[in-house]
Amino acid sequence: MPLKKSAIAPPVTADPETITTAAATPSKSTKSAKSAKPVSTSNPISIANAVWDSYVTSTPQRTKLVDVFMGFLVVTGILQFVYCVIAGNYPFNAFLAGFSATVGQFVLTASLRMQLHTANKAEFPEVSPERAFADFIFGSLILHVFCTNFIN
Amino acid sequence: MATFEAFLKHESTRNLRSLLKVVILITIAAAAVASRLFSVIRFESIIHEFDPWFNFRATKYLVKHGFYDFWDWFDDRTWHPLGRVTGGTLYPGLMATSGVIYHVLRFLRLPVDIRNICVLLAPAFSGLTAFATYLFTKELKDESAGLLAAAFIGIAPGYISRSVAGSYDNEAIAIFLLMFTFYLWIKALKLGSAFWGALCAMFYFYMVAAWGGYVFITNMIPLHAFVLILMGRYSPRLYVGYSSWYALGTLASMQIPFVGFLPIRSSEHMAALGVFGLIQIVAFVEFVRAQIPSKQFQTLLKVFVVFVFVVSSTTLVGLTYSGVIAPWSGRFYSLWDTGYAKIHIPIIASVSEHQPTAWPAFFFDLEMLIWLFPAGVYMCFDKLHDEHVFVIIYGIMASYFAGVMVRLMLTLTPCVCVASAVALSSIFDTYLTIKSPKPPVPGEKETPEVPAADTTTAPPSAPKRRVLNAAKGEVVGIYSITSKILVVGSFTFYLFLFVQHCTWVTSNAYSSPSVVLASRLPDGSQHIIDDYREAYYWLRKNTPEDAKIMSWWDYGYQIGGMADRTTLVDNNTWNNTHIATVGKAMSCSEEISYPILRKHDVDYVLVIFGGLLGYSGDDMNKFLWMVRIAEGIWPDEVKERNFFTARGEYKVDDQATDTMKNSLMYKMSYYNYNKLFPAGQATDRVRGSKLPAQGPVLNTLEEAFTSENWIVRIYKVKDLDNLGRDHASAKAFEVGKKKPKKAMKKGPRSLRIL
Repeated sequence: MPLKKSAIAPPVTADPETITTAAATPSKSTKSAKSAKPVSTSNPISIANAVWDSYVTSTPQRTKLVDVFMGFLVVTGILQFVYCVIAGNYPFNAFLAGFSATVGQFVLTASLRMQLHTANKAEFPEVSPERAFADFIFGSLILHVFCTNFIN
Repeated sequence: MATFEAFLKHESTRNLRSLLKVVILITIAAAAVASRLFSVIRFESIIHEFDPWFNFRATKYLVKHGFYDFWDWFDDRTWHPLGRVTGGTLYPGLMATSGVIYHVLRFLRLPVDIRNICVLLAPAFSGLTAFATYLFTKELKDESAGLLAAAFIGIAPGYISRSVAGSYDNEAIAIFLLMFTFYLWIKALKLGSAFWGALCAMFYFYMVAAWGGYVFITNMIPLHAFVLILMGRYSPRLYVGYSSWYALGTLASMQIPFVGFLPIRSSEHMAALGVFGLIQIVAFVEFVRAQIPSKQFQTLLKVFVVFVFVVSSTTLVGLTYSGVIAPWSGRFYSLWDTGYAKIHIPIIASVSEHQPTAWPAFFFDLEMLIWLFPAGVYMCFDKLHDEHVFVIIYGIMASYFAGVMVRLMLTLTPCVCVASAVALSSIFDTYLTIKSPKPPVPGEKETPEVPAADTTTAPPSAPKRRVLNAAKGEVVGIYSITSKILVVGSFTFYLFLFVQHCTWVTSNAYSSPSVVLASRLPDGSQHIIDDYREAYYWLRKNTPEDAKIMSWWDYGYQIGGMADRTTLVDNNTWNNTHIATVGKAMSCSEEISYPILRKHDVDYVLVIFGGLLGYSGDDMNKFLWMVRIAEGIWPDEVKERNFFTARGEYKVDDQATDTMKNSLMYKMSYYNYNKLFPAGQATDRVRGSKLPAQGPVLNTLEEAFTSENWIVRIYKVKDLDNLGRDHASAKAFEVGKKKPKKAMKKGPRSLRIL
């Protein structure tokens, strides 16, 4: 588990291009599958396609980068969970620490993304982009301090 | 008048106003601290009651041995012979706080005794609570309401009851943390800032470390978020605030060994997790919705949200039944079903602070605030921003809990103070403006017709009237100077009355340390009854270092703290069976009890007896709980029914049943008691009954010490007889030697009954 946690940050900054296709696609497909389930109308696939298209066209490049990171975190989290289910949760502390690290980081990144999103400007009158990033760093620091303490 | 207005609003006086605010806040904090010092002035700087003695002892251990040893502390001087993993079964926040203060003061070259830090910690934190309440109320309304709320919480008896100097308990710092965490949560929600959310999580962590009542926060914040979502008020701010709080706060709370994995395992914490999941889904749906603005799609997404919610809550219930998630703990069941504890967990029901609240207690603890509280809640409905929703939910939940359990009055008090401050400050906002509005001139302003009626109505109904009007139309103000004077005058009077009441309650009801009792002599002077400390000190000086003392669990912490001797059970009550064993030893006859005492290495038995003085909190009055708890484990050997007379009465006089008269507790309480009185005149002043002329006979114990007013009686457990006889015959033999004829006849006969 500790390996995975420390491996969270580097890949994205190092090699964003390859992961974009690798990580983003599966997460998208799960999303469309989820949202399509209760849709009894004729064409869930076309709706999903429309969502995807509008996402690709309307999202700025930097936000996409953030999304890739989030997708990566989701994958890491799922991997840890699957490992825990298959191989047992013996050092439960370690599993929890690793899993909370991914969940917490995901949530913080999502918050950052929301605060940076231009459409949400009115919602956050007092949060400038710099402030949002500072918040993000502060939250992540606390998160990882607790994780390292908890991991044993 | 205009200058006054200008003073309040104008930029140029801002510095002066903030200076005034600081001065007022400091004064409030000073008043809060001062009114909690009654107990120190009346008695002395001493730790109060029961639990604080343990906290005090733990703090001393922490200061002496350092934090790591404290963390690993295994205490073999309690729960003999089991011991207690103290470091892993306590909330270390309180001790850590005092420890830090102690070291900081020493670093500043101010060597303050740790006892004084512990005694004065609660008053000091009450000042901080006033400040936190000010901040919280400021977010709701404005600064003047904040100052009022700070003043209220500073002197409200509902909070003072748990924070007088010397009541060194977890609640002492927990209420400050509660209010401050709530303030940070409101702030995080308002600004949508992960920074405030993270701060909120930090203080939540501190709260988890300090008090078991943190579960209240764990459920209040999710409930608030959930209600906001249901009201259709989901916003990215809510997502940011809640997610950052939950993700960090939960991880942080798991660092406390006593809490451990509970946040993901027990039902009390599941609401927070569920709302966390829900808010992720809602956020995702909102995200998708922003991509496609199709009406039909939106409704379908809502259906999807509801579907996921239902599925996840069913899984939750399923997991609970299958045992993966621990079900609600007993204390929580007793919150919903007030009769639950009495039937299933007598040990919880036996604690007096777990009893339902009597109605007068609300007025006693909150006085005028209790009738201002609904008005304040109404005002919150009037504005109904996100933070007002919070106060409304808090008010409803806390009122319910305060009605169920006396000790939860403590969580209600801050909310009541906040809401009443909002109400009162609205009243003053309206009635304290000296400038009257201009009489309605047609065409100039649209005026409702009612304000004219305001001038004639009686003062108490007037404020309410105005609020109702405010909901309807534009606020005009008050025309008549008379009604202004009347309303402001009467409320000022109420405020004075409130201060009077608070001071009176604090000095009379809440400042007794209960370790030291006070009484009045006929001439009116105060007389201190110090039996407890006398007896504990006797134990400390006259018994071997490793002597084991058996007493009912109420006195375990005090014996550990004051006498420094090993106890069998204490107020931690983690092992019901062990407590039941002590209960059995107390309620059975000597023949059965003696082997129990021997097996548990008991050297001394301590009982509290108030019969001579009329002290009603003694062991004979608690006796039925011992019997009940013992009966829960050994239903065949201890039966509650046998302790009542045929007519179902609890008697200690001639009519007492044989089971009662032979029980160890009865014997220890009344042993030799009749020798104080002329023959046949022995009376028990608590239960108001005449005792049998023949006092009880003790064979296996001997009286070791009885305090001045007979409140504490200590018995030594006799060793096995040198000649191998049982104690009854040995005693009979001795008695026989002293009094040849008469006693010889009497002794054995009465003993055979035993």
